[in-house]
Amino acid sequence: MQKTAGLIKKRALELLADGTVTKVLGWEEGDFIYDVTPAFFDKETIDSLVFSSFCGSNLSKYLIKACKEQTEGKILVFLKPCDTFSFNQLLTEHRIDREKVYVVGVECKGMLDIEKIKALGINGVTKVIDNGESLNIKTIYGEKTCERSEVLLEKCTTCKSKELVVFDEVLGEKAENENSQDRFAQVAALEAMTTEERYAFWQGELSKCIRCNACRNVCPACSCMKCVFDNIQSGVASKSNADTFEEKMFHIIRAFHVAGRCTDCGECSRVCPQGIPLHLLNRKFIKDINELYGDYQAGEEAGSRAPLVNFTFDDAEPSVIHERGNS
Amino acid sequence: MQRIGVFVCWCGSNIAATVDVDAVVEAVKNEPGVCFAKNYQYMCSEAGQALIKDAIKEHNLTGIVVCSCSPRMHEATFRKTAEQAGLNPYMVEIANIREHCSWIHKDMKEATEKAVILARAAIAKVNLNAPLQAGESAVTKRALVIGGGIAGLQSAIDIADAGYPVDIVEKSPTIGGKMAQLDKTFPTLDCAACILTPKMVEAAQHPNITLYTYSEVEEVKGFVGNFNVKIKKKARFVDSTKCTGCAVCTAKCPSRKGGNEFNCNLDTRGAVYIPFAQAVPNVATIDTERCIHFKTGKCGICQKVCSAGAIDFEQKDEFIEEKYGAIVVATGFEILDVTKFDEFQYTKHPDVVTSLELERIMNAAGPTKGTLLRMSNKEHPHDIVFIQCVGSRGNTCRDKTYCSKICCMYTAKHAMLIREKYPDVNVHVFYIDVRTPGKNFDEFYRRAVEQYNVDYIKGMVGKVWEKENGRLAVQGVDLISNRRIMLETDMVVLAAAIQPSKGVRNIATMLTASIDTNDFLTEAHPKLRPVESPTAGVFLSGVCQGPKDIPETVSQAGAAAVKVVGLLAKDKLVTNPCTATPNELMCNGCSSCARVCPYGAIDYVEKEVNDHGKREVRRLATVNSALCQGCGACTVACPSGAMDLKGFSNRQIMAEVDAICR
Amino acid sequence: MPINENKEWKPLIVAFCCNWCSYAGADLAGTSRLSYPAEVKIIKVPCSCRVNPMFILKAFERGADGVIMCGCHPGDCHYSTGNYYARRRMTMLFSMLDYLGIDRQRTRVEWVSAAEGQKFAAVMNDFAKTITELGENVKLGDLRCKKQQD
Repeated sequence: MQKTAGLIKKRALELLADGTVTKVLGWEEGDFIYDVTPAFFDKETIDSLVFSSFCGSNLSKYLIKACKEQTEGKILVFLKPCDTFSFNQLLTEHRIDREKVYVVGVECKGMLDIEKIKALGINGVTKVIDNGESLNIKTIYGEKTCERSEVLLEKCTTCKSKELVVFDEVLGEKAENENSQDRFAQVAALEAMTTEERYAFWQGELSKCIRCNACRNVCPACSCMKCVFDNIQSGVASKSNADTFEEKMFHIIRAFHVAGRCTDCGECSRVCPQGIPLHLLNRKFIKDINELYGDYQAGEEAGSRAPLVNFTFDDAEPSVIHERGNS
Repeated sequence: MQRIGVFVCWCGSNIAATVDVDAVVEAVKNEPGVCFAKNYQYMCSEAGQALIKDAIKEHNLTGIVVCSCSPRMHEATFRKTAEQAGLNPYMVEIANIREHCSWIHKDMKEATEKAVILARAAIAKVNLNAPLQAGESAVTKRALVIGGGIAGLQSAIDIADAGYPVDIVEKSPTIGGKMAQLDKTFPTLDCAACILTPKMVEAAQHPNITLYTYSEVEEVKGFVGNFNVKIKKKARFVDSTKCTGCAVCTAKCPSRKGGNEFNCNLDTRGAVYIPFAQAVPNVATIDTERCIHFKTGKCGICQKVCSAGAIDFEQKDEFIEEKYGAIVVATGFEILDVTKFDEFQYTKHPDVVTSLELERIMNAAGPTKGTLLRMSNKEHPHDIVFIQCVGSRGNTCRDKTYCSKICCMYTAKHAMLIREKYPDVNVHVFYIDVRTPGKNFDEFYRRAVEQYNVDYIKGMVGKVWEKENGRLAVQGVDLISNRRIMLETDMVVLAAAIQPSKGVRNIATMLTASIDTNDFLTEAHPKLRPVESPTAGVFLSGVCQGPKDIPETVSQAGAAAVKVVGLLAKDKLVTNPCTATPNELMCNGCSSCARVCPYGAIDYVEKEVNDHGKREVRRLATVNSALCQGCGACTVACPSGAMDLKGFSNRQIMAEVDAICR
Repeated sequence: MPINENKEWKPLIVAFCCNWCSYAGADLAGTSRLSYPAEVKIIKVPCSCRVNPMFILKAFERGADGVIMCGCHPGDCHYSTGNYYARRRMTMLFSMLDYLGIDRQRTRVEWVSAAEGQKFAAVMNDFAKTITELGENVKLGDLRCKKQQD
């Protein structure tokens, strides 16, 4: 990890120096080492660029605006394997300009979740040393150790791929994707419940929502200029409480709008301040699409036709839903 | 705020007997926007319409709701009424309180309640209606026909006869298509060339027809009435204005190893060639892949022998741009590649041929000058086995699922012709079913069986192999006697499936015409609009739409021509005003809408927008209202809700939902 | 909404019908005097592909007890392909509603041609019966309103 961080900084400096790029999109450290946020850098500010096990955030969405503003030269972006899928999906939807971006693929073996580390009673983290399977964590209270797999980000525990699907060059060592869990297991578990149990589960989860829009803002598929919920013509927007429709249906409609376009990057759940497992809505659609219309991974191939803007003559009838086993 | 009038019709007792029309009038009076409500015995009558017109004028109504029969019945009537009173016709909504209410409910209270709700929904909608104007677009009075086979020729001649200029684009050096390769035609057995070549000449000489042979469509832009097409005239390396078709060059060309496509590669042709004697135009073409001059820079014999000085090695591809009002696709078919059917030994044994190859063998201008010979040793065959449905009606990946339709009849024709000319030859036909619907078709087939004693065996062939004596062994089953049979034969003829020409997918893409999984072009409606593509202004002629024989092709070609003439006869096209419109400030340019549009009506432009003072160039969807038919598929595909449908907007439908669920 | 004890509860059913096939099928049911419950209210759309999932959600949120969408039979769409897209969209939406614990019987898609007045009435009778048996739908409106537990 430390080595990769060095390589990243070195490459950023080189590419800025030789004029390949004029701007760098990467990560910046905050007050704490685990407080890492996306940021743009130029020659003057490039020193603040970091790369660590806390760089879970997906940078691809920031390119939409950056591409618009970039008039000359390219933007250097660092993308982890799962982020490259989002990048491709944005290319498919003409939201970013491939010509304006220089993609450096960064191999990844899973990013860490500070909340999970804290939950183990490890506070005041000042440094994380990666020993492969285990981690040495230096804190202001002394040195602690834990298993790497215990503290992975939720989205990394069910990693869909370690393949970089688009890049101009690659840094780091390729990781194996052998320990990843079945990403549809949680969806299948919910499907196995009764209707009442499922309702209770989702009512419990969605009632926590404070409509902060963090999921919408971070989602690379939710890239609309103006969201349908902000569109007065849509008949669903509401800024006052006169209409509770938006309030109640937001998550269903959001999931529907990204269905077939969602790459399953898991950012929605990662950023939800209320800890709602929003990815389970998106994954349900992905699972259904795979089962009914054949395997499809959004972003795997730029230019591919999303399942909901496609059909075959012998698609399943909607009654397949009614014919499913449990009730 | 709208000023809405509500008119409740009794329809005699049809509505009034079950719905309390007075109660409906009372109930809707308090609805938002309503400033007038009245019921009347027959709203559609002269007097009823006068009542509406008077109310519109007197109360300055901006919209009306008529609670009456189905809009499918009288929406047009009431729109006209409104228009006569100076109201935009699209400010009218109908609440269907007859078919959807009074006729299906018996209880008056229940029916009245429902009628009120239906009226409320219509009022809620009309509150959000906006005046709509039907647009107009001009029509270029010229047609393009893609494909110069019998389908394309017939369409072109019919359109040209009606007085409109037509251009035919044909990718090969001559017009004529597959029909030119045929020997005789069923069920009359007249010679194909005898009936086709006069049509080819007619097309070539017609003052309204321009031929672009050895040409391809490169690019299509525009829409119904206004297509802009770029045509590539491939270089022939022969100046067609000078070439006299004397064929001296073709005879002297030393590069003679390559197959002759016109004879299904059963013989060879020179690198400079004229496909066949009656080719139109009768002009030579140089095949650069085979020409020694193009490969080595030497030779040039053709140039030396051409007395007209027509050979021009420097000739370049030429591009023509032309405007058209309508396009006919007549790209035809090709024979399925049967090399995958190993069990029939097609690739291994020259005596195993396809039906089209047999057609050439039997033709007087073919490789054997019309004598039926085994291609292996040029000897007279004594037994011939025909195998039907090769590649048709199958389920495996090498098969087509559909029936190729023409094979049963041409096999009967081949069998009959062989038995007629060579009574000593035994003919066996293995078939799954014999399908002979069509005028005089079944009689024809029965003649083959009854008069000519063709041996029809119901069953399929499992295997063909070469015996030591050089003949072929055929193993099959006879399903009627339920036994395995083994035949020894001299020739095997495969009735190979037909499939759309390879280039059709590319052409369909350019035209944004729909194509099915087999690459056949899709009709606008399978029953009611069989010669039109769903893309307005694009018409279908011949096998590109589905397997068919010559008489059917010619009828369809004529039908397509009539549709083209009907379109070109118009000076202006009136467009449907209920079209999709994108909101520029909300469009992401993501292309989802274009992907679901069946008419190719959506395009994208880079355009500067002013988003609340912020100016930037964005990729935006634009809808061509001349093409949009108003289905609304795009409105749902659009995640931001930027795309909306006039007349059925999101807000209007939501308002109806609200009114019903109140 | 409290149910009036004295009044028999009647479901509220919204039916989205495409203009070319199903709306005409409903007309034919009327012309043939084939009755189906008055609880069914039809909204006309040009094509089943015009039905936005938001319309269906809105109906549920506003208190509809069942929503049915009718279109031309696959292959017969007036616009060629509209109902194929609608079929995928509705399958996905219904599956999601089921996943959220909304009874899957409350949603339905039926293909009804302009000639199938009989089928239209039969479908509506059957759907209304199913919804009546399921009772009032409060779930979707309440999805985000879990009571605080002490």
